[in-house]
Amino acid sequence: MKKNESYEEFVKGIWRDNPVFAQVLGMCPMLAVTNSAINAIAMGMASMFVLVGSSFLVSIFRNVIPKQVRISCFIIIIATFVTIADYTLLALVPKVHKELGAFIPLIVANCLILGRQEAFASRYPTRLAVMDALGMAGGFLLALFSLGAVREILGDGALFGVRIFSENFEPWIVMILPPGGFLTLGVILLFFNWFKYKKDEFLADVAEAERSGN
Amino acid sequence: MSSDTLKQAPAPSSLRLVMTLAIAGLVSGIAIIGIYESTLPTITANKARELREAVFKVLPGVSRMQALVYRDGRIQAVTEPEKDEPVVYGGYDEAGDFVGYAMPGAGPGFQDTIALLYGYMPRERQVVGMEILESRETPGLGDKIYKDAEFVAEFSALSVEPEIVTVKKGTGAQPNEVDAITGATISAKAVVRIINETHVAWAEQLPAPGTEPPLAGESTDDGATP
Repeated sequence: MKKNESYEEFVKGIWRDNPVFAQVLGMCPMLAVTNSAINAIAMGMASMFVLVGSSFLVSIFRNVIPKQVRISCFIIIIATFVTIADYTLLALVPKVHKELGAFIPLIVANCLILGRQEAFASRYPTRLAVMDALGMAGGFLLALFSLGAVREILGDGALFGVRIFSENFEPWIVMILPPGGFLTLGVILLFFNWFKYKKDEFLADVAEAERSGN
Repeated sequence: MSSDTLKQAPAPSSLRLVMTLAIAGLVSGIAIIGIYESTLPTITANKARELREAVFKVLPGVSRMQALVYRDGRIQAVTEPEKDEPVVYGGYDEAGDFVGYAMPGAGPGFQDTIALLYGYMPRERQVVGMEILESRETPGLGDKIYKDAEFVAEFSALSVEPEIVTVKKGTGAQPNEVDAITGATISAKAVVRIINETHVAWAEQLPAPGTEPPLAGESTDDGATP
């Protein structure tokens, strides 16, 4: 039973309650840094580190932190993890850090992260909080990667810097410029909602058939 | 393990609120100092290495370098330039003989500041190499100032007299002409303007060819830390 419970918390963030496709949170980094797959993954990993670390600490100290100052405490915890991620990236992968620029410090202001502390980590045991954080961050990473991959393939003819089209392919430069982010996100959201609509319709049909069968 | 502990807690005293925030801030501060101190050597080394690589790239045949600044009316070698002090880098060959200068320059590009480094041979009065250190030019268009090998190669034997000019692509014939990039004229012109401005700013201060400061000591390998 317990296994299933944490599995459920993990999976809901990846797909059903995906922070980007279902909750439409974290749009600022989503649109700004997804012009190549590697940038998207670096952003996703940094967010994952911050979200999992803060959820873990917030959940451990959830009975110690007075509720009147909880938001300030969450922000202090989140900001500390962001600073750690910022310096680590700058030391280990200076090239990627240069590309992401101001968007690493801005993880502090990502409402997805503060939202998970307030809605989940501060109310549930540590194990569930960490599973929830992993799921949500995984969903965010998945969304960032799908946008980054589509934009890099169409806008640069490459994935992870490796060319996948012949020389004759003329890159759609608009895709790696800001408008490309909005276009791709719109198409992906359209697909996600169409899929959800179809699934609901299918489930309704099955229920209907079962009723009439009896 | 009740899930609603937050809501049921009785109103805590102000002292407890203050203490909670103070402790959280203290622990956070210690963590940040720790990560800053432990990554600082790597970050400084990365920056110094990037600069050295750029200097060696823009000055062919150079294997040592030292930082040079203009103080007391002459160019002299320093181990540690002061913050915000204009600096050029002298490049020397294996035998310790002066080869040329690597000159850092910066100026407005199409979107943001372009920072670059170019190699300058004072005897030939020529630019012999150019490397963009920082730019946020449009991907796919303006970023050709460092991604387009043809454009970068324009700076491999370029006369700075009377000044460098950009011309339409394919028409550059004179030694001081650079072929602009189709679709990125502003970025290409910005690069040329930055080099011209840097050249003019230093022209009076650089010593006559042949009287450059000699390589100071053996510590020069690390002496150029910015």
